[in-house]
Amino acid sequence: MTRLRTEPNIPDGDGFYEELLELHQGRSKEESDSINARLILLLANHIGDREVLREAMKAAADTGL
Amino acid sequence: MRIFETPLYPYERSPDQDAAAPARHPVVVVGAGPAGLAAAVDLARRDIPVVLLDENDRVSYGSRAICFAKRALEILDRLGCGDEITGDGVTWSRGRVFFRDRRIYEFDLLAEEGHRRPAFINLQQYRLEELLVRRLRDLQSEGRPVELRGGSRVTKVEPAADSVLLTVETPEGPYRLEAEWVVACDGAGSTVRRELGLEFVGQVFEDNFLIADVTMKADFPTERWFWFDPPFNRGQSALLHKQPEGLWRIDLQLGPDVDREEEQRPENVVPRLRQMLGDDVEFELEWISVYTFQCARIDRFRHGRVLFAGDAAHQVSPFGARGANSGIQDVDNLVWKLERVLRGRSPDSLLDSYDAERVPAADENILNSTRSTDFISPKSETSRLFRDAVLNLAETQPMARPLVNSGRLSLPHVVLDSPLQSPDADGLPGRTRPGSPAVDAPVDDGWLLARLGDRFQLLAVGIDVPDDEPGLEVVGLPARRHPLLDERYLGGAPGALYLLRPDQHVAARFTDYDPERIAAALRRASAQETDDS
Ligand SMILES: Cc1cc2nc3c(=O)[nH]c(=O)nc-3n(C[C@H](O)[C@H](O)[C@H](O)COP(=O)(O)OP(=O)(O)OC[C@H]3O[C@@H](n4cnc5c(N)ncnc54)[C@H](O)[C@@H]3O)c2cc1C
Repeated sequence: MTRLRTEPNIPDGDGFYEELLELHQGRSKEESDSINARLILLLANHIGDREVLREAMKAAADTGL
Repeated sequence: MRIFETPLYPYERSPDQDAAAPARHPVVVVGAGPAGLAAAVDLARRDIPVVLLDENDRVSYGSRAICFAKRALEILDRLGCGDEITGDGVTWSRGRVFFRDRRIYEFDLLAEEGHRRPAFINLQQYRLEELLVRRLRDLQSEGRPVELRGGSRVTKVEPAADSVLLTVETPEGPYRLEAEWVVACDGAGSTVRRELGLEFVGQVFEDNFLIADVTMKADFPTERWFWFDPPFNRGQSALLHKQPEGLWRIDLQLGPDVDREEEQRPENVVPRLRQMLGDDVEFELEWISVYTFQCARIDRFRHGRVLFAGDAAHQVSPFGARGANSGIQDVDNLVWKLERVLRGRSPDSLLDSYDAERVPAADENILNSTRSTDFISPKSETSRLFRDAVLNLAETQPMARPLVNSGRLSLPHVVLDSPLQSPDADGLPGRTRPGSPAVDAPVDDGWLLARLGDRFQLLAVGIDVPDDEPGLEVVGLPARRHPLLDERYLGGAPGALYLLRPDQHVAARFTDYDPERIAAALRRASAQETDDS
């Protein structure tokens, strides 16, 4: 059973995407990498469900490349 | 002369050396470190004749283990030296964590109430060993059958049909001994293991650590300080820990490829310590050494009549203080089984359960210490990125603090599927389920664990049971008189029966009295079961 929500769930997706880019605007690769790592940890803690996190990790690794 | 330089059991000639044929002994324990000493004490208390051999004649040299956890202390209580050992230790609960040049947070480990022993104490390993030697001497003077032979190095191990032949090298030349059972506690470089051709499989970490013991001239808080990537040890870690007698332990990670001799020179060590402790702290250096470590174990801990315990069976990194603690737990698991087999009360298959129960415990320890090592010494750029992210967040976000891993406290292993266990009853608290060590609780003026002995027993809380099952003592306690006992053993149930093994682990539990089921659980827990009932 999958628990990870994969249907669209973010209100005003374009707005969110813009904020995400703004967050990294004008930063070095190193700064951005650190911010991303902290962001992952904060979001993971917020989710707090090991099964959902595992599915998200798998989905992230299995797509793209 | 310091205690670890004092011969405590100098070599003496034994009549066995002049015997025509090798003298036969029920149990020979090889190695008088924490594991071997605890094994000899436990066997002697049970009146099982035991010869303890050590190539040396004194406690372990210099600074090694300092942190002993609650379960080990409870076992030492059972062995009759818990008060001395706990009394000599120091306890602490406050800690600070530093990252680079910042203090990122402080913590206070609020210990759970209602246990006789603290979550852990800090005590020098040589002090623990000295107190175990003293306990062994006391047993000897009570007439218990235990001998400690110093200057006796086992050089050869030859398994025979119903015994094992040992060759022992002494200052006066070699002699041979025949042992019905050998308990191999001869440490990480075990000769017995090598003699049996057993592989020690695992990972050697390419890391060096400098240990320094210092005395402080002035007050210094009793806290544990841990530094990640500090200015005085760039890219590495450092730890400051309190020991008794005004001593402080400092651990500096050095990384791979260092010149060990050079690193140990006081003129190189002192300036670093000054940076670490601050310019205004006056200290004196008592001890310096450098060590490397590995995480490894042998495949099985029982090899016929040879049983491996402690570092001879498994080794872990020092993060999380699991080495000596788990060696003592190995022995706790093993000795009652050996006693039953020697007395003909259980078949020798009971000893297979030692393997089944302690191998997973070793794996758990290796897993925990590997995780700590991975956090402390990130192995890739990405793992360092996440490690640093955790540490940066920890300064302001409490959510990140549980992820900071500078070593996890050693907790007792809960055996999930031992052949000695019976299925659990419904509705009782999880922490006392079969496979767990009995959890302490205050009862009347004392402690539950002190009321429990080291035989098979039935702890009956709030259920009246007749004391007529052979080989099973009943410890009866009322329900609803001791709130923590109720919480830990009953949950919401009106009463419960716990079948406890001689090592005070729960083998089975019930919510009603059924002598048949209790007898069956007892047979199973002592490997006497012949069918699947
Ligand atoms: C720096 C450091 C810090 C540590 N910190 C902790 C901690 O905080 N908590 C913790 O629990 N653990 C800690 N450990 C691990 C702990 O020191 C070991 O796990 C513990 O000593 C193992 O006990 P043992 O009895 O199995 O073996 P050992 O203590 O190694 O004893 C083996 C004994 O066998 C003898 N021997 C060896 N070969 C022979 C032979 N052929 N014949 C006869 N005798 C022989 C030796 O003389 C020795 O006395 C630490 C280790 C180090 C190095």
